[in-house]
Amino acid sequence: MIKHLPVLVIVIPMLAAVATPILGRINRELSWVVAAISTFICFIISLSLLQTVMVEGRITYWLGGWEPPWGIEYVIDYLNIFVLIIVTFMAFMGVMFGKKSIESEISENRITFFYAVYLLFVTGLMGMVVTGDIFNIYVFLEITSIAGYALIAVGKNRQALWASFKYLIMGSIGATFFLIGIGYLYLITGTLNIADIAARLPELYQTKAAFTALVFIAVGLSLKIALFPLHTWLPNSYAFAPSMISAVMAATATKVGAYVLIRVMFTVFTLEFFNVSPFNIASALMFFAVIAILAGSILAVAQTDIKKMLAYSSVGQIGYIALGISLMSVTGLTGSLMHLLNHALMKGALFLVVGIVVYKAGITTIEGMRGMGKKMPLTMAAFTIGALSMIGVPLTVGFVSKWYLAVASIEVGMWYLVPVILISSLLTAVYFWRVIDNIWFKAAEGEEGHGHGHGHDEHHEVKVAEGPFSMVAPTITVALLCIVFGVLAYAPVSLAEKAAVILLR
Amino acid sequence: MIELLAKYNYWIVIILMTLGLYGIMASSNLVKKIIGLNIFQTAALLFYVSMSKIEGGTAPVLLKQANVLYDNPLPQVLMLTAIVVGVSITAVALGIVMLIYRHYGTIEEDLILEMNKHND
Amino acid sequence: MEIIESARPVYAILVSLLAVFLIGASGRNPNLRESWTIIAAVIKFGLVASMLPVILEGKEIAYHVATVLPGLDIAFRVDALGMTLALTASFLWIITSFYAIGYMRSLEEHAQTRFFMCFALALSAAMGAAFSANVFTLFVFYEIITVSTYALVAHEETKEAIRGARRYLIYLLGTSVLFFLPAMFLTYSYAGTLDFAASGILAGTASKAVITVIFVLFMAGIAKAGMMPFHLWLPSAMVAPTPVSALLHAVAVVKVGVFTVVRIVLFVFGVDLLAEIGLGTYLAYFASFTIIAASIIALKQDNLKLRLAYSTVSQLSYIVLAVALLTPSGIMSSIMHITIHAFGKITLFFVAGAIYVATHKKYISQMNGIGRQMPFTMAAFTVGALSMIAVPPVGGFVSKWYLTLGAIEAHLIPVLFVIIASTLLNAAYFLPIIYAAFFKKPEDGEAQGMQEAPAMVVVPLVLTAIGALALFFWPNLLLDLAQMVVALVV
Repeated sequence: MIKHLPVLVIVIPMLAAVATPILGRINRELSWVVAAISTFICFIISLSLLQTVMVEGRITYWLGGWEPPWGIEYVIDYLNIFVLIIVTFMAFMGVMFGKKSIESEISENRITFFYAVYLLFVTGLMGMVVTGDIFNIYVFLEITSIAGYALIAVGKNRQALWASFKYLIMGSIGATFFLIGIGYLYLITGTLNIADIAARLPELYQTKAAFTALVFIAVGLSLKIALFPLHTWLPNSYAFAPSMISAVMAATATKVGAYVLIRVMFTVFTLEFFNVSPFNIASALMFFAVIAILAGSILAVAQTDIKKMLAYSSVGQIGYIALGISLMSVTGLTGSLMHLLNHALMKGALFLVVGIVVYKAGITTIEGMRGMGKKMPLTMAAFTIGALSMIGVPLTVGFVSKWYLAVASIEVGMWYLVPVILISSLLTAVYFWRVIDNIWFKAAEGEEGHGHGHGHDEHHEVKVAEGPFSMVAPTITVALLCIVFGVLAYAPVSLAEKAAVILLR
Repeated sequence: MIELLAKYNYWIVIILMTLGLYGIMASSNLVKKIIGLNIFQTAALLFYVSMSKIEGGTAPVLLKQANVLYDNPLPQVLMLTAIVVGVSITAVALGIVMLIYRHYGTIEEDLILEMNKHND
Repeated sequence: MEIIESARPVYAILVSLLAVFLIGASGRNPNLRESWTIIAAVIKFGLVASMLPVILEGKEIAYHVATVLPGLDIAFRVDALGMTLALTASFLWIITSFYAIGYMRSLEEHAQTRFFMCFALALSAAMGAAFSANVFTLFVFYEIITVSTYALVAHEETKEAIRGARRYLIYLLGTSVLFFLPAMFLTYSYAGTLDFAASGILAGTASKAVITVIFVLFMAGIAKAGMMPFHLWLPSAMVAPTPVSALLHAVAVVKVGVFTVVRIVLFVFGVDLLAEIGLGTYLAYFASFTIIAASIIALKQDNLKLRLAYSTVSQLSYIVLAVALLTPSGIMSSIMHITIHAFGKITLFFVAGAIYVATHKKYISQMNGIGRQMPFTMAAFTVGALSMIAVPPVGGFVSKWYLTLGAIEAHLIPVLFVIIASTLLNAAYFLPIIYAAFFKKPEDGEAQGMQEAPAMVVVPLVLTAIGALALFFWPNLLLDLAQMVVALVV
């Protein structure tokens, strides 16, 4: 049983996805229960896998007992166990949160299918993470993408349909690019197993085909992770998807894309390749990363809708991850990996809070957040923690990744990247502070005047009305983790550092 | 020159890709966009299938006699998967287009964008 | 030197942090809520004072809380310098609490729960800053102060308050992120550590140019010290309720700012390094400019709180100037002035608040003859003002005396002229207020006779005025602490 854990992570949600509509016929509640149990089991499995990885370093699993490179191999090492835990945890939190949220945002007869598709989405993500076969990554990428298009399309607003369609077109182009890149790799190495390709590739580093393969893959994945300027699908998708989906997608989908990019760049290809390659791909990536960081933040400042603001902020944060990759150093890559985790936590928390606001008040404008601090103090405290993390205040997770990225920039002699990081932190402070101002320091619409002057406001204080427990609890949990991993950052950092050292060996 | 022409299969792939991308970008009708996407994906299929061809090789079906040169079966199998993926995407895309038609009353991109602007 | 492992500094920080939650939980019962504030303040002062004998014996207390990342620790270390700030802040918090309760209740202010929560949080952070053992910990608490006092500055929630608060935040957060943070990155990259050390940590690790860059970044990054050109947040923060201004100016914010400057100058760069490169002299001239310029601006202010704000800007630069001299007397003066200025300035702000509570007057031009209505209040004001001008027998004289000595030791004659000029300017903007209050006739139709603010407001300000006097007659404790720091770093 223990031996089969790597594959169970995929099999369980996939079977659950099939079971969901069937059980949903018996009782609609069951579909949620199945989703919750299966994602929870996945989370537990990933924790136990972590334990094994800590001892053994690298676990492999031969699917169907076929020996690689003929069969498909699942490989779990320090890098992907890290990502796997993020994905399974957020997927589980999403389901917990979704119980009430989805009931209010999706018509009843669709709920069963919603969870089935959600489980497929999660299956795809986990498959991308655990598989050691590059074509298998493509297949799982498409599974998760197709499920993702459907999940976005069920959003309440009709604009969700348009957003989903746009994402579908761009996502498919990206995936096809990825597929062509794999084709080139297969053409020159004759194998699809990642470890096998990595073993055969070094003698082909000088060939144009190897270079072309990397470019196709990098562009395809850049579309998937929404690296500026290929980000145009992202803001509307996040803005109009159901709240729970915005949160889970922001926390996991782009992260897994970034993971695959790291995997391809440093396991399939290696540092050696970038040293001998004629054109410096890393500096191109850095260029776009810097632009993404600044443009994402600036565009976020211009938003009036809070979900869109968070989405554009994601565009900027993806830039951080790409920046860490492009630095090509252990510290930089550690920062990048940490940002995978950290951004998942903070953006997850922020989107969950917005989900609660949508549930309670049906508003997503920044102005609409006025006076929320008095109505939902706990929820808004979670938002504040998330916002402070995004800004990168010390003792929150945001600071940890920024610290690593800044130190890495200085280490490799690119000190001019430090101002970029700092300026974007300031811009982040600007756009989040507008929201925080509205939450805590402005009275709600229609209650104006009470807050002003010297009235005895203690007498007509606004009634506290938090969201349902099933929504608030996951939100607070994720927000608290932003602080826990901000203070006790050493645990995840040591894991990320190990992964980075192995990748850059 | 001859050398370039000899690799005609790649040229066809490139032309199909460009055609597909052009179709996606240039047409305002959503269904035509999907057709463009399909052409684009077909280019990738062709790319794989053509590279599996080995000169003088036959279809990879096991024959009784010895010393037969087979084409590489693996890319073809991979493309079976890719075709399935492509079909699924097309199905989802068409489903979304239907819903778009139901909610917007049109499948022309510019009209939809116009309506979205008013919605904001 | 003997170092004692003890969690007492952590408790001193946690006391008011715990109070934050208790205050928040008892928002419906104002009396209970206020008693939490008072209890926390007293316990905190007790904890800080209990560490004093250990420090005076020449020992230090250290405690390591957590390692965030390798090289980034949350750790505390209580030494004489931190003790000075902690004692001052925790003692004045008790008095300020009473005053704040009196003030807020008299004016029936809104959102008092939030107010007292943020107040306690700011104090926690001030303790944390005082006891920090490394640059990172200091930075963390520095930022917590910024964020928690933001809520206090924005308290009124009017357009003007929000604008002032936003400017406050932009200045403080902006400079600390843009300058302090990179300075920290650089320090860490070159020195390999962020722990404070008595002889500095940067000596011999980098070229002169790099050290100059780090120095400039640090000095620009500590906007809380109010040095020009990053001083504008101080006047705009004056929209806050008066107890907040008092807290900002005397206890938590600006004092932590100058404390950070002193800490960084002495314990990151070290006296020898700065003297060798000559950066101290530049800093001294920079501070001198601020002293004079801010005094001149203060002359023109009619709003009492604004005049006090500019006075603070100039007085803070005394502290920076004093430490920049890098001589024993200079350093002593800077440390003593942290406490002495705190007592003087808190008195002045308390008075401004008391006048507002009793008469709703804000402008100096309206205050003719107010000394007859509010004799106790204005007497306290006189003491505070004299301390600012540095007239004996008030505390201000002591620190200015050492400052003058320090300037002579450093052979910086221009600084002597700056001291004289600023003393005259101080007199020029304080004495007219006192004169008008006691000797000018009130305008017609004004009420005659006693009209003091409530006792909760008046008693604290009288106490702090007495404190300012006491610092002249019994400066021994302060002198001892300052001498210990000097012995450590020179």
